Parts: sequence; structure tokens; C-alpha cells
Amino acid sequence: MTDVLAVADHRRGELRDVSYELVTAGRELADVTGGDLHLAIISGPVDDFAEKANREGVDAIHTVSHGEEFNHDIYTQAIAQLYDAIAPQYVLAPNSVNGLDYAPAVADELDLPIVTDAVGLETDGQTLIANREMYGGKVETTVEVDAESALVTIRSAEWPTAEGTGDASIEALDADIDKDAIGSSVTGFEEVGGGDVDISEADVLVSIGRGIEEEENLDIIRDLADALDATLSSSRPIVDNGWLPKNRQVGQSGKVVTPDVYIAIGISGAVQHVAGMKGSETIVAINTDPNAPIMDIADYAIHDDLFDVVPALTEQFQ
Amino acid sequence: MATHKTMMKILVTVKEVATVEDEFEIEGTAIADQYLGADLNEWDDYAVEEAVQLQEAGLADEVVTVTIGPEDCEQTIRQALAKGADRAIRIWDDALEGVDLLDVGAKTELLKAVVEAEEPDLVLSGVQSGDDSFGATGVSLASAVDFQWGAVVNGLEHDLEDGVASVRRELEGGVEELTDIDLPAVLTIQTGINEPRYASLRGIRQAQRKDLDVQTLADLGVDAGAVEGDLELTEMYEPETESDVTVWEGGADDTAGQLAELLREKGVAQ
Ligand SMILES: Cc1cc2nc3c(=O)[nH]c(=O)nc-3n(C[C@H](O)[C@H](O)[C@H](O)COP(=O)(O)OP(=O)(O)OC[C@H]3O[C@@H](n4cnc5c(N)ncnc54)[C@H](O)[C@@H]3O)c2cc1C
Ligand SMILES: Nc1ncnc2c1ncn2[C@@H]1O[C@H](COP(=O)(O)O)[C@@H](O)[C@H]1O
Repeated sequence: MTDVLAVADHRRGELRDVSYELVTAGRELADVTGGDLHLAIISGPVDDFAEKANREGVDAIHTVSHGEEFNHDIYTQAIAQLYDAIAPQYVLAPNSVNGLDYAPAVADELDLPIVTDAVGLETDGQTLIANREMYGGKVETTVEVDAESALVTIRSAEWPTAEGTGDASIEALDADIDKDAIGSSVTGFEEVGGGDVDISEADVLVSIGRGIEEEENLDIIRDLADALDATLSSSRPIVDNGWLPKNRQVGQSGKVVTPDVYIAIGISGAVQHVAGMKGSETIVAINTDPNAPIMDIADYAIHDDLFDVVPALTEQFQ
Repeated sequence: MATHKTMMKILVTVKEVATVEDEFEIEGTAIADQYLGADLNEWDDYAVEEAVQLQEAGLADEVVTVTIGPEDCEQTIRQALAKGADRAIRIWDDALEGVDLLDVGAKTELLKAVVEAEEPDLVLSGVQSGDDSFGATGVSLASAVDFQWGAVVNGLEHDLEDGVASVRRELEGGVEELTDIDLPAVLTIQTGINEPRYASLRGIRQAQRKDLDVQTLADLGVDAGAVEGDLELTEMYEPETESDVTVWEGGADDTAGQLAELLREKGVAQ
């Protein structure tokens, strides 16, 4: 039991970047355990994916050609069969929405402890040590896994993507899928968040978060956006509350934006928000909490009450 | 009548989460008590609302909540009851007292025993807990009790005809997946699926009289070994940052002035 099995992530015909990050994370572990790194590619155009994912560090690729789209029952069954065949010490999966739709079931099925959303991983060959955040990123923790084998989901963009061309063996697994156990089926996809504005096109974004407290207060933010000739965007809770339409949401499940200036007001900087705006050229944060995670990626910050700072700023431009 | 709507029992997993003040101190592997508050997990608030709405739509006849937590969290459980859940189960035991990180496997064992005793048709859990954010308990539970499941659900049709739940799963990048899931199932509920209500005064009064049943491991027939867990929290620290943030000091007029200057330099609003 020294091998590592990583599971690639893809969606609607595209291999997602976290797949290459999983290769890097998996290789690091396998270098210590002294085993091989296996990569599972399940469903979709598996041969095409296998060719793309064959990067430096992968020893073996196992393809399971079964359906076009993601289905958690097929994943769960295929991974369980690969686990039996390979007997890996560690199984790595992405902490993506689909990853969280199968990894916990795989862990339960295989009786493995599960660590999710790891941002760091280390092993001495015996004990697995994972780093993960708590309290929305306010603190980080070290967690020791006291078991021979474990399943870990990794956060995206924490490991570099594996590069180069590998010389992995590519094998098709003739998985024995029990169709009666498949209790869900995808009937379609929808793109949401279209509409009048495209925040990803804006040069300057004034972005508001839960710190605004009440819908009525949004007016002061609108005034600022007008004064700056900027576009208004927000974090998720503002959209969840129905105060702004979905096309204004920045983040993992909203839009990815890369403006010249992003002004985050009353936004804590949860990982799912940051995923959508970290590529902004200049980030300004206005937040009463000097420890808010947004400070880690901000270039400029004001640690003060938005209800004082925002009107004062608007005034500067009137 | 062509449609047959079955009356369902819905179980909602409800967690009390710890909240942290802006300024805090870490003691050992925990945040010092005086900086901690407690609240109903945001995602579970939406799950409770969804269950209550299904009941109001005449699709469910009972909504039961289940919480693993000490006596202190009964106030949070009463919040869920005040919003319309019918009764609550709270699991606690001396064996859980010293555990500082209850892992997914342990929670699964405990919740599984409740699902087996209650036999709900639908279990609603949150996508994640706001404090330790495993994002895994609902799907793990589904697997353990042999239910179907769907993770990160931000839309559920209130129809459930022929024992099928038609859901929307919120994927990354503004894409939603439409999926049909056979019941019984566990759905992990995403924020924004509905508008959670505030408890009414009447609801709050009624909640005081609703059943809140406390169960120990022995009551549930769960072995103490099953909740020991394999994860140990060994360190907690403030994240290292590579941040070189420039913090403007002074009153709001000063800081706003400095920001205005920066914005002008960058050519904003000119
Ligand atoms: C699967 C999944 C997908 C998600 N997708 C997204 C996404 O696409 N986009 C997204 O944004 N989130 C997303 N989230 C939610 C995310 O985890 C956070 O819950 C959310 O980003 C928090 O929004 P916030 O920063 O506005 O609120 P909070 O985290 O509550 O932060 C509010 C901030 O306001 C500050 N504040 C309060 N009062 C004031 C004041 N008077 N003046 C100044 N500052 C003040 C506080 O200090 C705090 O930092 C997702 C979560 C999950 C699980
Ligand atoms: N202690 C608990 N008691 C009841 N439900 C819980 C508990 N912990 C987690 N859950 C449920 O599982 C969901 C996901 O939690 P987690 O996997 O810890 O992020 C939460 O939204 C709750 O619905």
C-alpha cells in the first residue's frame, strides 16, 4: 500500500485545471511513499483526456468510458473497483462541486477517513498531515490522519499544475457498473447569470458584501459606483437575498472578473469569492475586520466602517 | 386524479456553528472561548426553510430536525422549531465531550442511526458547516443509509411526483445541472434556494412546547468506538500571508482621500 490514486475532474467535455494540480499533489505524496501515481479518468471523452493528462509524474492512467456526463454512482463504483485493484494508500479528489458529490460516498463505501478542502499535504509514509482552513479562512489548522489509508479532496489553485509530457501507461478499465444502483440522471444544463451587464467586462468594480446589512443601504454603494463611473458587483449573500441579480455575483459560482481596480466593501474574502476576483490588477478592501481573509490578497486596505468611508469617498468625486 | 402525491417525512440535519469575533486569540488547538459565539448554520437555515415550505405545500406531513451537539445548542435548535419544524432530536453523549473535531465518519454513524429509526423519505442537510466546512456529511450519510443523493442543490421542484426529486445542482461558473434523483434521498442545500423566514413571536412561543428528544449513543445503539474518528486536530494558527497590503490609517475622511488619490492615479472617474 504505497500507491496514490488521483481522480481527474472534467465537465462538459473539458478537463478542469485542478486535474493537473491533483497530479502535482499526488506526485509529491507518491515520492515519499515510494509508490506509483495513478490517475483515474471517468466518463466523457476519456482517451482525449488521457492524452492531455499524461503529464510528467503520472505513472499510470486508468480510463473508465461510461457515459458523457458526470454521474456520482458511476464515479463511486469505478473508484471502488480501482481502489480494490490498486490498493492505494491515498486517494485524491478535487474539492469541486462534483468532487463533493462523490468523494464522501467513496470514503463511506471504502471505510476511509475523509479530509476535505486540503490546502497542504504531507506524509512521512505513515501519517498523513493535512492543512485546512476553518471559520471561513480566519484560521488554518493541521489535521493528522490516524489511518493506514485516506481520501483527501484538495482545494483548487493551491498546487501548481503538472507540466511536461509524461510516459504513463494508459489502460482502459472495463468497470463493472451496476446500473440498478444508479438513482439519478442529468437531464440538462443551464447557464445562469446572463442579462444586461457583464461584470467581467468592467474596468472598475465596486463590489459589496454582507457588511452592507440591509437592502436600503445599497444606495450608498450605488452612489459610489455612479460617482466613479464603475460597475456594481457583489458577493454571494447579496444575490442570495435577492438584492442584486445573479449576473452581479463574483466568485466560484458566479463570474470570474479581472478588472483594473476591484473595490471589495464589507466582503470577508471567502475562498469561493476570491476564486472569482484574485486576478484583479489592484484590489482595495474596506472592512472593519483587520483579520478578514480579503486582507491577504488586497493591495490597499482601509480598516474602518464602510458607512463612514463610502460616503466620504463618494464625496471626493462629486 | 392523475397525480398521486405521497405524504413525506423530512429529516433536516441542523448544526449549531461557532462564530468568531474580528479580534480573537488561539489557545492550543482552539479559539479562546470568549471570542466565540454560536449560530444556526447558514446552510441549514435554508434547509429548514425548504422542508417547511414542502410541508406547507402539502407534500410533507412531518419535519424533524436532528443535531449532534451539547445542551448549549438547544437555543439554536429551538430556532429551527420556531421556523416551523415539528420536533427535534439532539444527540449527545459523554463519549463526545472531549472530541475537538468530530469527523465526517463519526457524524455519519450517529446520523445514520437516526435515519434508520425515523425512516424519512427525504433528508435535507446543508452544503457545508460554516465553522469546520467539511462539506461532506450529507453525501456520506446518503451512502451509509443507502439513499440517493444530490450535492449543492439550489433548486428543488415542489412536486416530487412518482418518488423523484427534480433538482438543480449549482456547479462552478454559473452553470446549473438539472438532475432527477430517486427518493429516498439526501440533498445538500445551497444558500439562495429560498428566502429563510424569520421566526414569528408565535412560532417562538410554540417552539418552547415542541418535543426535543435527547438521545445518547446507547439510545441509538451506536458503539463508542464508532465515533472516535481518525482525524486529530493538532495545530491551529493564523494563516501565514504573503500579503504586502498598504493599510491607510486615519479617520474616514483621510482614508477616503488617500483612496481617492489612488483611484485618480489609476485613471478612474476622469
Ligand atoms: C459551493 C459554494 C459556492 C460559493 N460560491 C460563492 C460565490 O460565487 N461568490 C461568493 O461571494 N461567495 C460564494 N460562496 C459563499 C462564501 O463561502 C461566503 O459565504 C461568502 O462569500 C461571504 O460573503 P461576504 O464576504 O459578503 O459575507 P461575510 O463573510 O459575512 O463577510 C462580511 C464582511 O463584512 C465586514 N463588515 C461588516 N460590517 C462592516 C462595516 N460596517 N464596514 C466594513 N466592513 C464590515 C465583516 O468584517 C466581514 O468581513 C460559496 C459557498 C459555497 C459553499
Ligand atoms: N453536528 C452536527 N449536527 C447535525 N448536523 C450536522 C452536524 N455537522 C454537520 N451537519 C450537517 O451536515 C452539513 C454539512 O456539514 P459538514 O460536512 O460538517 O460541512 C451541515 O450543513 C449540517 O446539515
